[in-house]
Amino acid sequence: MKRITAWRRRPWAGYAVVLAALAAIGVIYAGFSPRTDRAEAQSSAQAAQDLKHGQELFNKNCASCHGLNAEGTKDAKGNPIAPSLIGVGAAAVDFQVSTGRMPAMNPGAQVPRKEPVPAFNTSIKTDYEDPKERAEAEKQKAEAEKNLADLRAYVASLGGGPEVPAAAAVDPQGGDVALGGKLFRTNCAQCHNFTGQGGALTGGKYAPPLSGDDVTPTQMYEAMLTGPQAMPVFNDTTLTPQDKKAVIAYLVQTREEPNPGGNGLGRIGPVTEGLAGWLVGIGLLVLAAMWITAKKPKKLKKS
Amino acid sequence: MSEATAPKAVEAPLTFLDDRLGSTTFFKRNMKKVFPDHWSFMLGEIALYSFIILLLTGTFLTLWFKPSMMEVVYDGSYTKLQGVKMSEAYASTLHISFDVRGGLLMRQIHHWSAILFMASILAHMLRVFFTGAYRKPRELNWLIGIGMFTLGMLEGLFGYSLPDDLLSGTGLRITQGVAESIPVVGTYIYMFLFGGEFPGQDIVPRLYMLHILLIPGLLLGMVTAHMMIMWVQKHTAMPVKNQTEQKVYGYPFYPVFMAKTGAYFLFVFGICALFGAFVQINPIWLFGPYDPGAISSGSQPDWYMGVLEGALRIMPNWEVSAWGHTVSFNVLIPALVPLGIVFGGAAAWPFIEQWVTGDKRHHHVNTRPRNAPVRTATGIAAVTFYGLLWLAGANDVLADKFHVSLFATTWFFRVTFFVGPFLAFVITKRICLGLQRKDADVIGHGVESGVIMMSPDGRFSERHENARDEEKVVILSKENTRPEAPARDAAGIPAPGTKGPIGHLRSRLNRAWTFDDIPVEEHEHEHGEQAEIEGGATSHEVKH
Repeated sequence: MKRITAWRRRPWAGYAVVLAALAAIGVIYAGFSPRTDRAEAQSSAQAAQDLKHGQELFNKNCASCHGLNAEGTKDAKGNPIAPSLIGVGAAAVDFQVSTGRMPAMNPGAQVPRKEPVPAFNTSIKTDYEDPKERAEAEKQKAEAEKNLADLRAYVASLGGGPEVPAAAAVDPQGGDVALGGKLFRTNCAQCHNFTGQGGALTGGKYAPPLSGDDVTPTQMYEAMLTGPQAMPVFNDTTLTPQDKKAVIAYLVQTREEPNPGGNGLGRIGPVTEGLAGWLVGIGLLVLAAMWITAKKPKKLKKS
Repeated sequence: MSEATAPKAVEAPLTFLDDRLGSTTFFKRNMKKVFPDHWSFMLGEIALYSFIILLLTGTFLTLWFKPSMMEVVYDGSYTKLQGVKMSEAYASTLHISFDVRGGLLMRQIHHWSAILFMASILAHMLRVFFTGAYRKPRELNWLIGIGMFTLGMLEGLFGYSLPDDLLSGTGLRITQGVAESIPVVGTYIYMFLFGGEFPGQDIVPRLYMLHILLIPGLLLGMVTAHMMIMWVQKHTAMPVKNQTEQKVYGYPFYPVFMAKTGAYFLFVFGICALFGAFVQINPIWLFGPYDPGAISSGSQPDWYMGVLEGALRIMPNWEVSAWGHTVSFNVLIPALVPLGIVFGGAAAWPFIEQWVTGDKRHHHVNTRPRNAPVRTATGIAAVTFYGLLWLAGANDVLADKFHVSLFATTWFFRVTFFVGPFLAFVITKRICLGLQRKDADVIGHGVESGVIMMSPDGRFSERHENARDEEKVVILSKENTRPEAPARDAAGIPAPGTKGPIGHLRSRLNRAWTFDDIPVEEHEHEHGEQAEIEGGATSHEVKH
């Protein structure tokens, strides 16, 4: 011990201790970290191939508007035609392509939702009776999923950005539906209506309906995360992942719950109620009045 | 009055009442009171019967509704709102909807009856207006009707504001804005009404008292007055055969009209119940509790407030600030002006018409709309004015459902608000005059018989026949305008009513009312070609 105490007072002792600590950390880290060098090398060859495939798909389907390097394009007056896709992330690509909005047919106030193009249509029917047909459909679906994944990976490789959420993050079963309702009414209902039926916005834009089964929880999450078109971005500080899950739970439960009072009249509020009251209610009562006044008593003393 | 007598079982209790109330034979006599028959006379009855349904279902709802803004945490059976903080009013409405047996049905019947109540009043008022049934001596009943519709609007607004859901809270926020926009006293009225800053604790209990006590009481009184005046003045009748200004033609109250109106009550009740059972209305659980920081797209009021909503939506954002005060024309004008024009105009109309036409006689037989072109055209212009504002109140729904730009709808309504009523006036007046010409033609030349005649020189022509008596009576009910008295008599002295600028205006309006009237009258002798075609005697004897 005496020797150590003596060395401790040498001028180089401090440096020696720091060096030893760094070496120890390095050794421990090397021991804990997975030895993936070889696997990485192998899959990076695969990844490079996928990226190349993604780029091919990009060039074929997207580059005509977004530019060969995804830098975006402008018209002669300098107004943007299509935005730059550098940094938009995989989530944005997944949302736009899986909802069929991209590739867009024609530029307008807003690009509408439509059936995705065949190369990216991951929601095709596969439950055919005929095994051959089913196998083909499943193959096509798998191919579409692969295409979409490669395209996402390619665009993400251009500059990062939000990732596609994991399945657990969008599961409507796990969300707090009461909280979701509150968040939805405060943040979403002013455009999408209180039950997500959609609504009109300024300048020919509109908030699309969220009440259809084709709007998947993943798409809802991605829309909040990336803020497509007229929608604002709700990043993870504005709405935490838990909040987003709650909103998804509210939307899915609301669209699945039956109307306890009978026909919901589109669930868009008093406009359809007034219409039904006037057309059907007053209409039926006028018919009843006509019927009643057309009735003549059979026998009545002469008046 | 009919000669029909009621059986003893009916007569005896009436005689009992008459004997004891000193009403001589009032009840007995009135069993036989005659009511003219026409489907449009039943429109007002929808309002009466839905009012009864409103009283009954409303009483049921008061048993569970708690008019309180106390904050509670919901733990009822609607799972999607469990653990949410809300007012007691909202929680008790959820309780009525989901935990009280038959509660949701009653709520829905109540709300649908309110929709039908207001709709039928409006339909009834349109019928009264277009047939001229508001004319002397019935101006007071017309005014009471306008008063009831206005009170009904308030009653409805207060009623759907009670549950304190997101939609009704939005409506109250607008109510607050309207109160505040009144110059000088606005803020005082708002603070007095809400008892403090919006929304405060007081508004729901206050609206509740007005909704279940004061306004229904006033309405009940007005309904009674309306019915009694109608009973005393007798119902107007359509211009049909046997009906004259002196004699009512129709069925006696007992047994015919009583059965008809009783059946109609059951129809109204049935339709309210069917709607309540099968069509969802005001799903407050979907709207969520009121939160001043939240709002939904598609926030519209019930239909009868839609015209105010529309006026507010298309109004440009005009505000004037002077000497530290702001006058918000952007809220004040839409809140007061359009309904002021429609209701004020409707209330003044019978008196204006009397003044312009100089017609101070009693009228018991209705006019056909075509025979009063200026009145009908003014009515349709008002309908257009109201209808456009009403549609503008739903402009975001229209934009969304019909895929048009929201701004485009706003500008469409801003333009048609001014142009539409004028176009409607001109077009309607031309249609009325065209129909008058057709009537004159039917009376003057008869109706086409479908019989082709050949004259001795080989010409073909269709034989015209006299119209049926029933048809003739209806057509000849038109009162042709008499030539206007000259403004100055032979000695150059002006007639009493034509002096001064007011008299001048009256003369001008009177001319506008009558100048293009088409006389419809029977000629004693057929003239020219007509006689030739009909070939003399036979055609007059052919009857359908």
